[in-house]
Amino acid sequence: MKTTPTRTRRRAGKAPLPAGSEWTAEAIERYHEEIARVAAHYRLDTYPVQIEIITAEQMMDAYASVGMPVNYHHWSFGKHFLATEKGYKRGQMGLAYEIVINSNPCIAYLMDENTLTMQGLVIAHAAYGHNSFFKGNYLFRTWTNADAIIDYLIFARNYITECEERHGEEEVELLLDSCHALMNLGVDRYKRPPKLSLAKEKLRQQEREEYLQSQVNDLWRTLPAHDVRAGARAEHRFPPEPEENLLYFIEKNAPLLEPWQREVVRIVRKIAQYFFPQRQTQVMNEGWATFWHYTLLNHLYDEGLLADSFMLEFLQSHTNVVAQPPYNSRWFSGINPYALGFAMWRDIRRICEDPDDEDRRWFPEIAGSDWLETFDFAMRNFKDESFVAQYLSPKVMRDFRLFAVVDDDHDDKLEVSAIHDDAGFRKLRAILSDQYNLGAREPNVQVWNVDLRGDRSLTLRHTPFRRRPLADSTDEVLRHLARLWGFTVRLETVREDGTVELQNEIRGEIRPSSIHA
Amino acid sequence: MVRIIDRRFDSKNKSAVNRQRFMRRFKQQIRKAVSEAIHGRSIRDLDNGEEISIPARDLSEPSLHHGKGGVWEQVFPGNDQFSAGDRIKRPLGGGGQGSGKGQASNEGEHEDDFVFQLSREEFLDLFFEDLELPRLIRTQLAKVTDYKTQRAGFKSDGTPANINVIRSMRGALGRRLALGSPYSARIRELQQALEEALARWGEDSEEVRALQDELGMLRAKIERIPFIDSFDLRYNNRIKVPRPTTQAVMFCVMDVSGSMDEERKAMAKRFFMLLHLFLTRSYEHIEVVFIRHHTVAKEVDEDEFFHSRESGGTVVSSALALMRDILHERYANGQWNVYGAQASDGDNWDNDSPICGKLLGNEILPWCQYFAYVEITAGEPQNLWREYAKLEAAHDNFAMQRIESPADIYPVFRELFKKTIA
Repeated sequence: MKTTPTRTRRRAGKAPLPAGSEWTAEAIERYHEEIARVAAHYRLDTYPVQIEIITAEQMMDAYASVGMPVNYHHWSFGKHFLATEKGYKRGQMGLAYEIVINSNPCIAYLMDENTLTMQGLVIAHAAYGHNSFFKGNYLFRTWTNADAIIDYLIFARNYITECEERHGEEEVELLLDSCHALMNLGVDRYKRPPKLSLAKEKLRQQEREEYLQSQVNDLWRTLPAHDVRAGARAEHRFPPEPEENLLYFIEKNAPLLEPWQREVVRIVRKIAQYFFPQRQTQVMNEGWATFWHYTLLNHLYDEGLLADSFMLEFLQSHTNVVAQPPYNSRWFSGINPYALGFAMWRDIRRICEDPDDEDRRWFPEIAGSDWLETFDFAMRNFKDESFVAQYLSPKVMRDFRLFAVVDDDHDDKLEVSAIHDDAGFRKLRAILSDQYNLGAREPNVQVWNVDLRGDRSLTLRHTPFRRRPLADSTDEVLRHLARLWGFTVRLETVREDGTVELQNEIRGEIRPSSIHA
Repeated sequence: MVRIIDRRFDSKNKSAVNRQRFMRRFKQQIRKAVSEAIHGRSIRDLDNGEEISIPARDLSEPSLHHGKGGVWEQVFPGNDQFSAGDRIKRPLGGGGQGSGKGQASNEGEHEDDFVFQLSREEFLDLFFEDLELPRLIRTQLAKVTDYKTQRAGFKSDGTPANINVIRSMRGALGRRLALGSPYSARIRELQQALEEALARWGEDSEEVRALQDELGMLRAKIERIPFIDSFDLRYNNRIKVPRPTTQAVMFCVMDVSGSMDEERKAMAKRFFMLLHLFLTRSYEHIEVVFIRHHTVAKEVDEDEFFHSRESGGTVVSSALALMRDILHERYANGQWNVYGAQASDGDNWDNDSPICGKLLGNEILPWCQYFAYVEITAGEPQNLWREYAKLEAAHDNFAMQRIESPADIYPVFRELFKKTIA
């Protein structure tokens, strides 16, 4: 906390904000007003804010349906609900203080059990921190459509309900199970979506064309003319380029799916894609929101608007959030994205405002620059992987006492490959950056080929990264895939020397009943 | 202008549908868990939900991800001893792999059971399903009467809102005293020694300083005892109780001779449970008397009733005589509705059966609202059955049934239900 020796900076005519632990709607409004004012002072660009007050039970509901206010029905959400409910009712676990939805207006949930301090904290953290990140960061701008997400979810829920009425709950549930199994491979990682507006128009046009084309093909089918080139055609692979987005491939190409099934696959795919940026920007996004709640509330305190009691409660929970237990602690469960993100953003500000020689050597382009501009640039143009690669400073590595360990299954011992010293900084930074690289974190499995002329079997290829094998559940995932595809599915592994080996094969047509676990 | 929307009064239970789907999907596993739960339950305790646990692997959601093996290079915080190039022994459980799982965590991949709470309705539904009760009866039984909530002491888990601060702090104080007491005793000794040492050698001597150091260390140890621990927390306990207006006593009579094995006892238990549940619909205060017998009868508590095992011959009349005595002694003042339920494998000492018939017919049935007898056997009817069959014709408050599976239990109650519903 920055301390102000005397409260001389108190603004004339401003009464301090309400204190105490009970909140009222008026108090929340006043907090919001002040926080919004300070956020504007720091030039945070946000969507309009919509604050919704909910009960703990509703919070658990929202939890269970992956944080969205509406979602289709599925047993797995029920499972999550039961797990959360049990933890909460037993007092084993508190609920998250906040859920914030990347929509326009940005919806922030406040839980009615929270104290006034917590409400203030959540408003600063979610409604201004996360909100500005959602609006500014390139991944969110490219991949998510904040104006349309709520509408889309309502559409999805209604559509799936309709399918259930028509085709039976069981049928839809099995389909969703299969889609969920492939969800993490149902995103475009590298491809960018086409530009909208004009693109939409083109798409429509294309649809019309395709319709005509299909009519034409039907006509041609009766003619034996293109037999001549069949031999040459058989050499071609389909798809011509490997496809990384399994759900997309299924949606467009699975031969036996009915139109409504394709639409359901599409819905799951769209939702997976919507959450994709969040998975790639955890450290940045949480660090950003934490930095801003810390900065905004301290600013208000310096203005004399916040009571000491507020600050004590706030700092207590802030400290909990940014705690990083060391590797050998009971509480250790990986690097805490809040802690790392917060430390990095704070350090960037320090480098801008008060650089030392080391910083000038490492970050000549930002040392001594205007911190707000640097922040804005960093927030807009990076994701965790590149953010760490670009901005992780030796000071943060020293403060966290980071070290890297190589675990090679061919070696009976672990080896420390780098620590927080001059020789290790760059290596550490590269390794940590790689740790946030989804491409390395998730297996590289792509659609390789479909045997168009033969049994229509689908072949996937897994290219292992540093010899990492696939987990045991792969068999089951393949059965799900085979159910969607309708024919034999194979998984091949490309070994380090370039040879290809057949890993799994799920034969023939899988009847829906046989997939039940 | 910010929009603040109060959604607290919107519909709750948005996840209710998802929850039902979950239950439907895992019905097999849940039903199995319910059967096990019945085994461990008191027959009086059918009106609560149940904590059900299902092996987590049965309901995992598969996905494609990396497994163990290959090369992983990961960054950890809090380096306290390593420098580059150090080689470390691999921790147990092959840690250091996968995302998030700590290198230092000494448990490998380990799956907990998935535990959750079934509501009372859900539990009863599954309970009834086995018994093949008709729908109408199910709703009759599942009907809830008005309860009032009252405080009932404290418990060690609950929601944070129910924490009882005084109790928790008292517990914490006790724990701190208890954990600190060895140090405190030593401190007292040292203090005394210190005073003596001060008097004898003065302040600057070695001995005094040594004593002071040790004192300081002990005080620090006491300081380090956590002020409050999750172990200390106590929560207000609130329970629902119906106000008794009518009362009933239920006699459970069971044969525990060697021929009644665990399976038969489990069946008998369901029979008793159903009767008890049924009675809770009609009466708000119910006492249960457990009588078990082989050649002699004995009144026991529930645990002993179901779980202890004896062998030897069978004299059913001993139990009926005991029931008669208890009945006349405690429940004959006209304020009690008396129900009897007897379970046996039908094997009785030959000369005893006529005595049973007489006892039951003349001295018990006239006082009873209802008496039900189940014979749990797959074989031929035994002599007791033949004797009882004579009674059935003469008394309309007597029912008997031979059962082989839980589904056979219900007909015993059919007459009784008819009466209540009418």
